[in-house]
Amino acid sequence: MSALGVVGGIAQPVLIVAGSPLLVGVMRQVRARLEGRAGAGVRQPWRDLRKLLRKETITPRGTSEVFRIAPLLLVATSLVVAVVVPFVTTDSAIDPVADLFAVVALLALGAVALALAGLDTGTAFGGMGASREMTILALVEPTLLVAIFALSVRVGSTNLGAIVSSTLHDPARVLSPASLLAAVALIVVIVAETGRLPVDNPSTHLELTMVHEAMVLEYAGPDLALIELASAMRLSVFLGLLANLFLPWGIATAATPAALVVGVLALVVKVGLLGVVLAAGEVFLAKLRLFRVPELLAGSFLLALLAVAASYFLA
Amino acid sequence: MNLAATGLACAVAIGVLTALAALVVPARSAVVGVGTVLSGAAAMLAGCAAMSGVSFVVALPALLPLSGMLFTLDALGGLFVAVTGAVAVAVGVYGISYTRAPDLRARGVQAVLPLFVVAMVLVPAAASAGAFLVCWELMALFSLLLVVAEHRRRPEVASAGRWYAVMTHLGFLSVLIGLMVFVARAGDDSFSALRDSARHLSPLVAGVVFVLALLGFASKAGIVPLHAWLPRAHPEAPSHVSALMSAAMVNLGVYGLVRVGFDLLGGGPVWWWLLVLVLGAVSAVYGILQAAMSTDLKRLLGQSTTENMGLVLVGVGAAGLFASSGNRTLAGLALVAALLHVVGHAAFKTLLFLAAGSVLHATGTRDLDELGGLRPVMPVTTAAFGLGALAASALPPGTAFVSEWLLLQALIHGLPASGVAAAVAMPVAVAAVALTAGLAVATFVKAFGVGFLAKPRSAAAAGAHESPVTMLAGMGIAAVACAVLALAPAVVLPGIEAAARVAGDPAVSGAVTLRLTGVTGALSPVLLGLALIVAVVALAGVVRVVATHRVRREARLWDCGGGPMSPRMEYTATSFAEPLQRVFDDVVQPELDVDVTHHEESRYLVRAVEYRRKVPDRIERRLYQPVLRFVATCGERGRVLATGSVHRYLGYGFYTVCGLLLLLAVTR
Repeated sequence: MSALGVVGGIAQPVLIVAGSPLLVGVMRQVRARLEGRAGAGVRQPWRDLRKLLRKETITPRGTSEVFRIAPLLLVATSLVVAVVVPFVTTDSAIDPVADLFAVVALLALGAVALALAGLDTGTAFGGMGASREMTILALVEPTLLVAIFALSVRVGSTNLGAIVSSTLHDPARVLSPASLLAAVALIVVIVAETGRLPVDNPSTHLELTMVHEAMVLEYAGPDLALIELASAMRLSVFLGLLANLFLPWGIATAATPAALVVGVLALVVKVGLLGVVLAAGEVFLAKLRLFRVPELLAGSFLLALLAVAASYFLA
Repeated sequence: MNLAATGLACAVAIGVLTALAALVVPARSAVVGVGTVLSGAAAMLAGCAAMSGVSFVVALPALLPLSGMLFTLDALGGLFVAVTGAVAVAVGVYGISYTRAPDLRARGVQAVLPLFVVAMVLVPAAASAGAFLVCWELMALFSLLLVVAEHRRRPEVASAGRWYAVMTHLGFLSVLIGLMVFVARAGDDSFSALRDSARHLSPLVAGVVFVLALLGFASKAGIVPLHAWLPRAHPEAPSHVSALMSAAMVNLGVYGLVRVGFDLLGGGPVWWWLLVLVLGAVSAVYGILQAAMSTDLKRLLGQSTTENMGLVLVGVGAAGLFASSGNRTLAGLALVAALLHVVGHAAFKTLLFLAAGSVLHATGTRDLDELGGLRPVMPVTTAAFGLGALAASALPPGTAFVSEWLLLQALIHGLPASGVAAAVAMPVAVAAVALTAGLAVATFVKAFGVGFLAKPRSAAAAGAHESPVTMLAGMGIAAVACAVLALAPAVVLPGIEAAARVAGDPAVSGAVTLRLTGVTGALSPVLLGLALIVAVVALAGVVRVVATHRVRREARLWDCGGGPMSPRMEYTATSFAEPLQRVFDDVVQPELDVDVTHHEESRYLVRAVEYRRKVPDRIERRLYQPVLRFVATCGERGRVLATGSVHRYLGYGFYTVCGLLLLLAVTR
């Protein structure tokens, strides 16, 4: 555990927790402006969180501790990922956990906790959301892991620090066919995992097509605040991961104040830009029918397989 | 006599004595339970001693005419003996009160259980083909007797028993022929003689031996397409027997494959291992896909056994591929991953089957669509199943996560290391493992979420009660094993590495952090678990400080203003799996049947809708039905020969003997 890793382990979660609601705010604002609305302002998600935290916690009758623990577990998984993944510094606070498989599996654990909570309520909506979320998760997993495979083969390791450092040392790799194909596959997967358009619409309630919102219908007060925070954090974490796997420049490699400031700024700019692009793209997209989503994911899986083939045959 | 020999002898002696005692003592359940626990514990001790390097050889020439019996215990056999013993301990404790049910209390059924454990312990200890085949057959027979234990109460048990009997004996036949071909070339049936002669085998003979052995062992491990018996027999057997079969017996198929493939034949060409890898990948995906559609709790667990054995075979196949290209480090890593998955699977499948048995005991149903709402009435069973589901779904901090991580590491590092065959096989294997992992998550979320949470979907589930304390203790033992394997796999890794030496070099080191040797890679399951716990506790503290209202208020569910929600409005296992079923429509080809009845006044008004769905096993239908039809046709035709006349039958006998004599006279 190096000094750089410890600094990163403290700075990253603070940055992600504080910044992710703002990222959501920025994305909503961009969308509002493009649609000709004034928008609620960038800080609206934080205001919402403050409001929810002051409200009463309500537990629906007949639910068990699964329902109560799920929001905590959901935030905890994102928090652990925020600590270990090299977002601001190349070293990780807990290096043996900064493994790409471990990180992906941790994020899946959060989704599973929420799906179980949805089932625990015993409502039709909860079950529906859980069922759809698990279907999408099951289909996303192969693409995610094969894309990771393509990225790790060239480095010879699934350690995130190693992957990021290797890209820093050899920038030409970013433009290799394997890397580009993997990037496209990962983008599709991330859109699906974070529940954005065209897979799921984050701004709908009570629509028969909803996935994420259906699972969280019964939550209120601080529990809901945690879930809102967690979904914002998951979005930031996934975008941060995407940014640093393919464009790691600016990340701090030494524990000097200047390098750290640059690292923080680079992450904010990269994730912010990705968020803006995603939001702008969403304006032009409609939600896919649920049973068209597998086709989209199958396409991205094919790209990931091609990425692996390219990494072997074109290397 | 050293520890390994003493332990094994004790295990056998205690098992046999327990079986005898069960025939005479009135308090059978307790005697058999304690005897099974002691026998299992002795086997565990022997296995652990063998893995740490203690070995022995016992020759019993009088036991089997012509060839005699030869027993030994090396690290590989020791690992499987230890796993079987550990499962037997949990099952023995559980069985003390579980077997009080009328059908299971019967003298015969009780006496067979310890004998089944003894047979399973002896299979990996056999050191000659004769001893191996005898123990293998004993194991099959005893398990068959246990599968049909409840045949009086449920007619479907008999059908499951027939399937199991036929499939297991066809598998036995395949192994028998394979080993006999091998023995005929070697001239002696001891494993050491076979090992020595393997170098002189022609590739064709070696290939025949391997494929025949693979067929037999794959059918025991429930590998597609020889899996048809498994989802029938495992659910119909009493639950503690299901646990023994699913967690201990199927492992011996893997043992046989590793023993024959790596140890006796000394590895082989690439195509052997590609075949194993492909069979494994197909089984993993097909097994979990069937499990994802299943609504029968125990059938689902049985299908998940096919999936897990498939993953193990992916590891074994990869190890063979690396070994045949000379990369002993990666071969070691892949085999360690496979064997760790065997151990982990034994732990969580024991736990899951015992928990399912507890549910069956309390509610009388295995149908997930009728369960639910067990959390308030069966808290311990719910927690046990939850832990098992986490362990089975390859999520951190679960048991299968560590072994699947190791497996993926082996596959990733294998791509640059070996030839074109591997370059095609590895990405596909990774994709199969990944799809399996994703579907396993969905499957176990369904099993746990629908089966245990929410509101009860039937009167049986509503009237459930927690199981007796010994059943809970049995689950507790399995749960502790799961937790230890998930957080501190380093406890068992030295033993597994010793066993994996048949294929490659030691590959993993470290206690807190598992570090791969030879290739880069590190993972610390315990730090991961700790980080999660710390994060959850810290968050709970922060929320308590920040939130102004501290008291939780209960309120009714949001019901769209339509009155209280009824259990009929809940999602069921069928509806939960519906999206997946649609996505994999072409693969599973479900049979759907929708009947709509209309009101008499208008056909626009619907009175009732009836929806029936069946997901038949497609491979079974394509592969088994034609064979069964053919056999049935042959039987029908053959009836012409059997007219009932004794003279005719005597005539058949006479002409057959004449024919044989002629054949002998001509060929000699």
